[in-house]
Amino acid sequence: MRTVIAEDSVLLRAGLTKLLEATGFEVVAAVHDADALLAAVEQHRPELVIADVRMPPSFTDEGIRAALVIRRQWTDVAIMVLSQYVEERYAAELLATRTTGIGYLLKDRVADVEVFLEALRRVAAGGTALDPEVVAQLLLRRRDRPTDRLTAREREVLSLMAEGRSNAGIAECLVVSESAVAKHINSIFTKLNLSAAEGDHRRVLAVLRFLEGTGAADRS
Amino acid sequence: MIRPYTVGSMSSGTTDTETGARALRRVLAAPWARRAWRDLGFTGLSAGLNLLPLLVMVLPWTFYTPISLLAVLTCTFVSVGAAVALCPWLTVLRRGCFYELLGVRIPKPPTIERSPDSSGGVWSALRDRLRSPRTWRQACYHLIVGPAVNVLGLLGALFWGAALTYLATSAVFWVLVHLVGSPEHLIWADAEPWIALLCAILLYLGPWIVSAAVRTDARVASELLGPSRAQELARRVAKLTESRAGAVDAADVERRRIERDLHDGAQQRLVSLAMNLGLARATLADELSEPARRALQEAHEEAKEALTELRELVRGLHPVVLEDRGLDAALSGIAARSPVPVRLTVDMPRRVSATVEAVGYFIVSEALANVNRHARATAVQVDVRLDGPVLRITVTDDGIGGADASRGTGLTGLAQRAASVDGSFGISSPLGGPTTIEVNLPCEP
Repeated sequence: MRTVIAEDSVLLRAGLTKLLEATGFEVVAAVHDADALLAAVEQHRPELVIADVRMPPSFTDEGIRAALVIRRQWTDVAIMVLSQYVEERYAAELLATRTTGIGYLLKDRVADVEVFLEALRRVAAGGTALDPEVVAQLLLRRRDRPTDRLTAREREVLSLMAEGRSNAGIAECLVVSESAVAKHINSIFTKLNLSAAEGDHRRVLAVLRFLEGTGAADRS
Repeated sequence: MIRPYTVGSMSSGTTDTETGARALRRVLAAPWARRAWRDLGFTGLSAGLNLLPLLVMVLPWTFYTPISLLAVLTCTFVSVGAAVALCPWLTVLRRGCFYELLGVRIPKPPTIERSPDSSGGVWSALRDRLRSPRTWRQACYHLIVGPAVNVLGLLGALFWGAALTYLATSAVFWVLVHLVGSPEHLIWADAEPWIALLCAILLYLGPWIVSAAVRTDARVASELLGPSRAQELARRVAKLTESRAGAVDAADVERRRIERDLHDGAQQRLVSLAMNLGLARATLADELSEPARRALQEAHEEAKEALTELRELVRGLHPVVLEDRGLDAALSGIAARSPVPVRLTVDMPRRVSATVEAVGYFIVSEALANVNRHARATAVQVDVRLDGPVLRITVTDDGIGGADASRGTGLTGLAQRAASVDGSFGISSPLGGPTTIEVNLPCEP
């Protein structure tokens, strides 16, 4: 899989390159700032971009800004954003246009190599991978929202859906049967007023509902 | 400032004979003490300086004899006006004299404020000058109080000189009559004893009067020539506000620097280390012996835990998102990490200054830490609202209450943080709860 890495720390850039190349990814470029990232994407048209949030020159949110540009200009490029801290606001911005082919993880997750690679593949395949911390932040926003009607278990299931997991993955995480997960998911769809007519798309819609009110569109 | 003469210390030193004796010696030596002469010199110099404006005021009358009422008024106006105009220069001279001779430092008065509608011309400058209390306080000193106090000092000097002259002359004649045998008709020979006694008293009283006058002069001059008390306080408040803001900002900058250093250094290394351990664990698992595998696993877990701890620590120093996206975004982060569920509402139509944002952030952060530590609450409500020029933060929990700002350091810290930007801090925490913390932070619009 053709991959571009943007990470300003030399150590980590080399480490990530080594890790990806050892596990079947093709690193076509490894750059150190957002401008170089955009140039590399333009030049190589990769399938996957891995970007750090803080990069030169201002060391604040260059990675997020670059990711937003990439999502607008090259819609077929999947992006995994890595950050030392995850922020709900950044996640909301990344997910604002669409919820496919995007990942937002704590940098620490890189340490769990297999989980990290799995998330990368999921994102590259058009899925999502949100850090559990982001999901926790997303869950907390207040006021009467459809998601407030969910039970604790249903919220758990929904947050795992938001992290981008399949029914089987959710069942494994919660140590329940897949059919129990399916039951929870159906209940969630009902409570969020998502009719069966919407088909599999309901999963994405449910996650979107879940994210509603967290982004800039709905500031109370 | 001039220390008072020893008159006062005599009564206070009566219990101690040695102190009493020393005090008595000082009183007896008073007319010949260095300070007495210095004060006398100062009084003389003052007289010269006081004479200047008086001369200026008298001068027009000597050249011109007004005959009509209008002429008298004009002449008065001109002479007084000239004397008032002289005051700023006299003030400079005075401040010099006080410092050089007495060591009394009179601070410079603040410059005359320009009125907002000033055109910058001579007339508006004159108007500002006439409106300024500084002008009239100086005139009051140079034309009224200064000369009056000076007259008192001169009177003391006169007593002193007269007494000295009388006693000296009497002594000379006494010697002439009784020892040399000069003619009896020299009337001075028979100085009246009561006059001599009076002179002796005056000899000691004179320096004391001079000195008292000089002391009064110095006090009055500091009051009228220096900045007024209100101005002085305003200046100090401005200075303290500035220095405190500087200290708060410097602390903020330092936190950012440390955060950045840790982020660029230790954190990246740890991530890299944990990643390599993870890679080794994933790829070498089959080739390693059981103990080696376990050691690797432990090392990996340790590295991850260290990462988490370091992340929490670094984040607590200075959250980058606060800078990028503001208080709202940063607060949802801390609210999410709180073990006690938090309901958060933020209503801020605009960003406020970085310092106020940081103070607000840390106040909510610490308030939530307190709730988690002490309140035994099941829910917390955090409301942040920008109400005109005031940022209002309310944190309410349904815990056990009984929080006391005088006992817990956490609450004191909150109050101090609020105070660092002139904010207010209030707490209501009856036993049994609920506890509400209210912080208002002023932020310039």
